[in-house]
Amino acid sequence: MRTKHRLGISCVALMAATVAAKADPVRIGLMATLSGPASVLGTQVRNGFMLGVKELGGKLGGQPTTITIVDDQFKPDVAVARVKDLLQRDHVDIVTGIVFSNILMAVEKPVLSAGKLLISANAGPSPLAGAACSPLYFSTSFQNDTVHMAMADYANAEGIKKVVLIMPNYQAGKDAAAGFKHDFKGKIVDEIYTPLGQMDFSSELTKVASEKPDAIYTFMPGGMGVALVKQYHQSALVGKVKLLSGDTVDETSLPGIQDAALGTISASHWAPNMDNPQNKVFVASYEKAYGAPPSFYAAQGYDAAKLIDGALRKTGGKVDIEALRRAMDGVPFKSVRGAFKFNNNGFPIENFYQVSIVKRPDGKFVTKAGPKVMTMAKDIYSGACKLPPR
Amino acid sequence: MLLHRLTDFARREPTTALLAPVFIIALFAGQVLGVSAPATLLARAAIFAIAALSLSFILGQGGMVSLGHAAPMGLGAYVTLSLSMLGFKDLLGVMACAFIVGALFSALTGLIALRTRGVYFIMITLAFAQMAYYAMSSLSVFGGTDGIALPLRSTLFGWPLLRSDSATALLALGLLAALFWGLSRVTRSRFGMALRASHLNEARFTALGFEPLPYRLMAYSFAGGISALAGVLLANLTDYIAPSFLDWHRSGELIVMVVLGGVARPFGAILGAFALIYLESLLGGLTQYWNLALGLILLAIVLARGRFERTARIAP
Amino acid sequence: MSPALLAVQILNGLDLGFILFLVASGLTLVFGVMDFINLAHGVQYMLGAYFAAALIAWSGSFWLGLVLGAAASLAMGLVLEWTVFRHLARAGHLEQVLATFALILIFTDGVSMIFGAGALSINLPPSLAQSVSFANGFSYPLWRLLVIAAGLAVALALWLLIARTRLGMLVRAGSTHPHMVQALGVDIDRLFLLVFAFGAMLAGFAGTMAGALTGVEPTMGDSVLILAFVVIVVGGVGSVRGALIAALLIGLVDTLGRAFATDIMSLFLSRSSAASAGPALASMLIYVLMALVLAVRPSGLFASGD
Repeated sequence: MRTKHRLGISCVALMAATVAAKADPVRIGLMATLSGPASVLGTQVRNGFMLGVKELGGKLGGQPTTITIVDDQFKPDVAVARVKDLLQRDHVDIVTGIVFSNILMAVEKPVLSAGKLLISANAGPSPLAGAACSPLYFSTSFQNDTVHMAMADYANAEGIKKVVLIMPNYQAGKDAAAGFKHDFKGKIVDEIYTPLGQMDFSSELTKVASEKPDAIYTFMPGGMGVALVKQYHQSALVGKVKLLSGDTVDETSLPGIQDAALGTISASHWAPNMDNPQNKVFVASYEKAYGAPPSFYAAQGYDAAKLIDGALRKTGGKVDIEALRRAMDGVPFKSVRGAFKFNNNGFPIENFYQVSIVKRPDGKFVTKAGPKVMTMAKDIYSGACKLPPR
Repeated sequence: MLLHRLTDFARREPTTALLAPVFIIALFAGQVLGVSAPATLLARAAIFAIAALSLSFILGQGGMVSLGHAAPMGLGAYVTLSLSMLGFKDLLGVMACAFIVGALFSALTGLIALRTRGVYFIMITLAFAQMAYYAMSSLSVFGGTDGIALPLRSTLFGWPLLRSDSATALLALGLLAALFWGLSRVTRSRFGMALRASHLNEARFTALGFEPLPYRLMAYSFAGGISALAGVLLANLTDYIAPSFLDWHRSGELIVMVVLGGVARPFGAILGAFALIYLESLLGGLTQYWNLALGLILLAIVLARGRFERTARIAP
Repeated sequence: MSPALLAVQILNGLDLGFILFLVASGLTLVFGVMDFINLAHGVQYMLGAYFAAALIAWSGSFWLGLVLGAAASLAMGLVLEWTVFRHLARAGHLEQVLATFALILIFTDGVSMIFGAGALSINLPPSLAQSVSFANGFSYPLWRLLVIAAGLAVALALWLLIARTRLGMLVRAGSTHPHMVQALGVDIDRLFLLVFAFGAMLAGFAGTMAGALTGVEPTMGDSVLILAFVVIVVGGVGSVRGALIAALLIGLVDTLGRAFATDIMSLFLSRSSAASAGPALASMLIYVLMALVLAVRPSGLFASGD
């Protein structure tokens, strides 16, 4: 095991393992957003992945493994430069990680046209789920729209009739709006789009107050979510207009939102309380290693490491892309979310749960999965993908 | 004799003398450590060097510190994209269009911006670049904030020259060399002298009966056109175009490249661009906190050379 | 649109405006007095918020943490002036830009190394984390009203300090005739140290006020820095009065633009293209404003040294 990324908990163990590496190693490139406002998400993906690798003794599939970690800086052209570093300089066989949809759309072509495997540990843009799907593409997260469809189902069940959408003005924000509208049966009173990275929502919340809906539905990953939920909580909307959200209130934003998050409802395919043995191991060792509860981003990173490991074990350690791909189709690992299958487009077929926020006795905040809102859900784009079932 | 020349050079150009060995050692160390420079990185560095060189021309010769130089570069990329979407992809045609668009953008904004001086000029160029940034972000046909993939790379007379990144790197290096030669000619020409004079002593220049604006505007527009050419190459290298190409951070990076290499020396901009692009790749592979490391290196360079030289001071 | 809605949106604009004023006043003084371009001013805004967040959590008291946080910002300002800025005071603008850009990289990454990349929280006491109701059914967050009050108080104090004290006189003189002031035997380095540390404290205080609304994160200073530069350029470098007026103007234009741009656009465009173009154009407004002001008055609204 050799890593070019010297920081992080696992470095000493990894360095020690370097000596053992003799045979031609499995080469993996991990790309995530590790600088700038969104780096909290990328850090979680990386931490989760590296935790999975560390648990396996630094050897995926029992093979010597090289992992190169790169920062996409949340800029598409930088991402392409870095992914080509990975392909040309480090000769990786698998590229994984990737937090944002537009970054994935930029690097998808160089990776897939080089015949390498691409495993998204978060981004799930609709084009890759539909007509542009590829047999070399896998996702350990979810297609962008799905979680928002789950929240629309929840809103229907709660008898919510009028909703205002507040979304960041980019692809995933629009996917979120599309997903929610696809399933929501009530009326969308207004759709407010804000520039990516906006932190002051005073103007938007004032507008919402004048429109008097039953609920706000929002998707604000990272710091934007912290700002919106805090400002909602300080406004007079509390008690009058409900705040529903997807991918907004989670373990990456909870340290910033804290008590203001109590009472918000969202949906997710994973939460730390998922009741299965592999998840209990994951949550405990993540907290031990990083001193904070993991978010679903970390869980997806962890699953990506386990997916690669499982596939390599199936091929007997042989790095043959075609054999690896076929092994991955069969889900050769136990996901921390429990039930898990790959759809024809490489996106998971998985359950979604209603999620609430809990303050633990030690003062830390975590998400808690409650009733199931969608059972083994498929995304709505897989029909447009011409690949056979996996 | 050689030694004498070298020390003389080091006295005149302390930054170049400091940075060049570091850069060469870093390149060499990279090869040895197995992080050899792939063609893509070389192409990227050469492309940014082209943009930085054009900025260094107006900055060093004309004292025009533009914090919006990424705007014409990004517009060049968007010209490549829109022509490619229409099915037109001949490199020379694309470059001509991009040059015109970049120069026109700079000329129109320059007419207003060049009325200001010092920090006001810095900020008004930022203002126009931000307008271009938000304009591109609002166009859903180009993918809005997310950007969009380039459908087809440019070709030269139907020949897919830019298909490989090594060819793009060679083309960019060639263009860079031609530009370097051309700009040093312009700098020594009557036009170059007039431009310098208009910046160094505007009052005397005007008193001699010259009008500074045409010289400055022409240089500013030309630099915008060149920057747009860099944008065409970057679009072809990346295959993906997004508003982040016109981001003010990108404009700031270009200034950092020029200042890092040393103002008023065309070679300084090239050195700065290569140093920054390679450092970004090298440090990024070593640590998540590569920005911290880069910041420390930059700060050390500034503080160290503060004793050796003083760059041109721009009056506010 | 009801008058009450417009009134609340104007309050929102003033709120942003006063935050910007707190940041820009220090920046414009440092620039005006010492002719120093300090890109690291946004970092001081961010550091102030982190100091307050950490010290509030440590002391368990909101008010004590707030005061200690401001003191820490002041101390940080002094340390930075001693270690870095002093050595650049006589270098060119471009060297200053490069060095303070390096400081942005160092502190942004340093803070995320120590505190993590995610947001931290400045928890308001329950008595402050609520809304005040007006007669017509609208209400407004109490903390935002306090931000406006604090901004007004600082503006008044600055005016008194600059117009009525000996120190203020030196600052005014220093911003227009620095060499003359020095020739008269004033220790301009010490004056700079004072102005700089005071500006750092104001920026840190602004970061704390805003951080309580938005959460505290390593890159929070980035966007504020650019807005603060827009403010001082529109107002005229070195002019505190200009900074106040420009800050309020920019705060109002930005907020009202965000509030109404999409609605206005949908009068001309289809609903979906308006929803996409509206936010982008709203973000563009302040830059259009700056370009217009500079096109008419190339040195900002107020000449320096008012």
